[in-house]
Amino acid sequence: MLGRTANGLFWMFRYLERAENTARLLDAGLRMALTRDHTKAKEEWRSVIVTSGQKVAFEAKFEDDYSGPNVWNFILRDKENSANVLSTFEQVRTNARLVRNVISSEVWEAVNTSWMQLQDDLKRPVAQGNLGKVVGDVRRAGMQVHGAMAGSMLRDAGFHFARAGTFVERGDSIARILDIKYYLLLPSLSYVGSSLDTGQWDNVLRSVSGDRAYRWLNAGEIDARGIVEFLVLDDRFPRSLAFCHSALRDNLAALARLHHNEGLCNELMRDADTEMSATTIDDIFDTGLHQFLIDFSNRNNAIAAAIAEDYRFIA
Amino acid sequence: MSEAPANFDEMYAEGGSVRPAYGGYCEWYDQQDPSWLKRKHREAESNFRKTGITFNVYGEDEAEERLIPFDMVPRVIGAGEWRRLVRGIEQRVSALNAFMYDLYHRQEIIRAGRVPQRLFQNNAAWLQQMVGFTPPGGVYSHIVGIDLVRTGPDEWFVLEDNARTPSGVSYMLENRETMMAMFPELFSQVDVEPVATYPRQLAKSLAACAPPATKGKPTVAVLTPGIYNSAYFEHAFLADQMGAELVEGSDLRVMDGRVQMRTTRGFQPLDVIYRRIDDEYLDPLTFNSDSVLGVPGIMDVYRAGGVTIANAPGTGVCDDKAVYSFMPEIVEFYTGEKPLLPNVQTWRCADDDSLAYVLDNLEELVVKEVHGSGGYGMLIGPTASKKEIAAFRKKLKTTPENYIAQPTLALSTTPIFTKSGLAPRHVDLRPYVLVSPNGVDITPGGLTRVALKKGSLVVNSSQGGGTKDTWVLKD
Repeated sequence: MLGRTANGLFWMFRYLERAENTARLLDAGLRMALTRDHTKAKEEWRSVIVTSGQKVAFEAKFEDDYSGPNVWNFILRDKENSANVLSTFEQVRTNARLVRNVISSEVWEAVNTSWMQLQDDLKRPVAQGNLGKVVGDVRRAGMQVHGAMAGSMLRDAGFHFARAGTFVERGDSIARILDIKYYLLLPSLSYVGSSLDTGQWDNVLRSVSGDRAYRWLNAGEIDARGIVEFLVLDDRFPRSLAFCHSALRDNLAALARLHHNEGLCNELMRDADTEMSATTIDDIFDTGLHQFLIDFSNRNNAIAAAIAEDYRFIA
Repeated sequence: MSEAPANFDEMYAEGGSVRPAYGGYCEWYDQQDPSWLKRKHREAESNFRKTGITFNVYGEDEAEERLIPFDMVPRVIGAGEWRRLVRGIEQRVSALNAFMYDLYHRQEIIRAGRVPQRLFQNNAAWLQQMVGFTPPGGVYSHIVGIDLVRTGPDEWFVLEDNARTPSGVSYMLENRETMMAMFPELFSQVDVEPVATYPRQLAKSLAACAPPATKGKPTVAVLTPGIYNSAYFEHAFLADQMGAELVEGSDLRVMDGRVQMRTTRGFQPLDVIYRRIDDEYLDPLTFNSDSVLGVPGIMDVYRAGGVTIANAPGTGVCDDKAVYSFMPEIVEFYTGEKPLLPNVQTWRCADDDSLAYVLDNLEELVVKEVHGSGGYGMLIGPTASKKEIAAFRKKLKTTPENYIAQPTLALSTTPIFTKSGLAPRHVDLRPYVLVSPNGVDITPGGLTRVALKKGSLVVNSSQGGGTKDTWVLKD
């Protein structure tokens, strides 16, 4: 496979994951805003912008006018936000066009029809009544593409480059979401005993679509430590850091097997493995959640760079 | 029936009876509910959008992807008719390849005085670098598109030879896929020759021209200028269908006397490159030094037998309309036979007598630029304004050698589907021809282009033309 094609697959799936994660954030934000009073709702929308890393760009346009419609339209379709969902999805499609001859026509059609749907959804500003549908369409796009992949793609190097892209992006995004909310999850807070905002915790879970699974596993009990343990260390949940880590490890191992050669990325992965498997929830609270997340992100980025290098993504 | 056809109509004979080739289709058509057909018509478009069969158009600021309109009434050619066309096309394509070999070697045809020297001296597509070199397998044009028009039951003419980079074959294939998906029952009622064999034949025919340096099974790649090229969809489609690599110039590098591609395992040699970039961008060391689309040094590798380039550089000489005007002589010179497929009568404005005739009859003629293509830079006398004619008259007097003129043909019509039923529109036909050392292979079918505007003779997609599925009937 061409290095450029491998790069295209990797990024096609990174962008797909990014679009989907952003939609999840919006979904959680909407839910919070609806359950708060007016001033607090604004605070929730502000937090959505901060979490998605768009504070500077947003305030350049709206200053501190964090109204719901401003926020979701900025995130979904505003041209002044280069990372808006529509252009992120356009990147998915551009990369899919680039790798058109190595993806199945099912995968291509899933991307292309989703793109047509989103273009239609986002032609004009989204009204509140429509936000749920649009967010649903973005998430459905992700599911359709992943489903088409699972059902129709050859399990060769291309498949593993795509999956590696998915899990690098997912790990990065979850670490970022947790880091921005980490103050909510500090143990000290739970000792204060003041009116604890379990709604905020619920929101953290909801941002990564983990609320149902968490409740199922914990019989409805909710606490900071439990949430962190679930989102960081529980490798049964497909959006936990541990799951992203081991999925990435498996795909990189498969690539090494197919290429009869291990690269720097496999080496870095082994180091990361040692770190992850030795980590307990107590360690995380001892060293600090923030520091742990920073370390995770740095390792994740280093692995992504090593993949590009090892497999000659760029001339 | 609907509007009465003004020209030879391929479906309806005078008096409204259905011609034999269309018998099966019409029988089916007459049984269909018109409102159901209208729904199908809309469905076809959404199918093309979904599969992304588009071409890119560049406007002021951003690229736009457009569909070439598809008409769902097939263009049908009988088995006997097709056999006659095939013989004519084989003869013409063989002569074209022999002509190119000769032009780049001893130039016997010029020594014999059958064509003038200016034919290649004035030809921008002529490449000095090809002189004395014979491409692997002796093939110059591996993929040829011969544009045909029809004016009567047995009157077919060649309108244009595309020996450089004929495009549009993906439409031939996707139009058929779409027809089969929309009207499966039609194909169980009418026996139509399949076209889906084309990509396999193309792969085989390219592999048969592998260069001497090839080790084992030849590696074939399609070289594209990239996703912003107007025909990118077709490049990706063909690579996908052939199971070939889809490469860009930036993926390739000349190493150890071979053209190699950057793969995830390191650099690997390529044997045959089906290039969809023009000669001038192919090698910045030899041609346009600003080109970032090509591969520095590829021409040296090519001349040393390290790679096959299809079509060969320098094949554009045959797309020139001045060469076209000599095709009857060219066919006769190399095959020793009279051409089976005639040219459209052509006046070369470089000749004084012809020029005088053309200037006197501009209102009735079609005037074309010798190097032009895509339906641009031409004058259609009967529909042109006085001003346009005057402007052309001036151009003809200044640079007569840049123009040829032809009579305005009464192109045949075939019905298209409109809101008010079937209506005749003018069509042409581009069959796709593959040439390898093993012979000439012509896919039974081709691309029918149709002028969607009533009365229009311009079928180019850039100017409001559409396409149809083209059926060749089985015996």
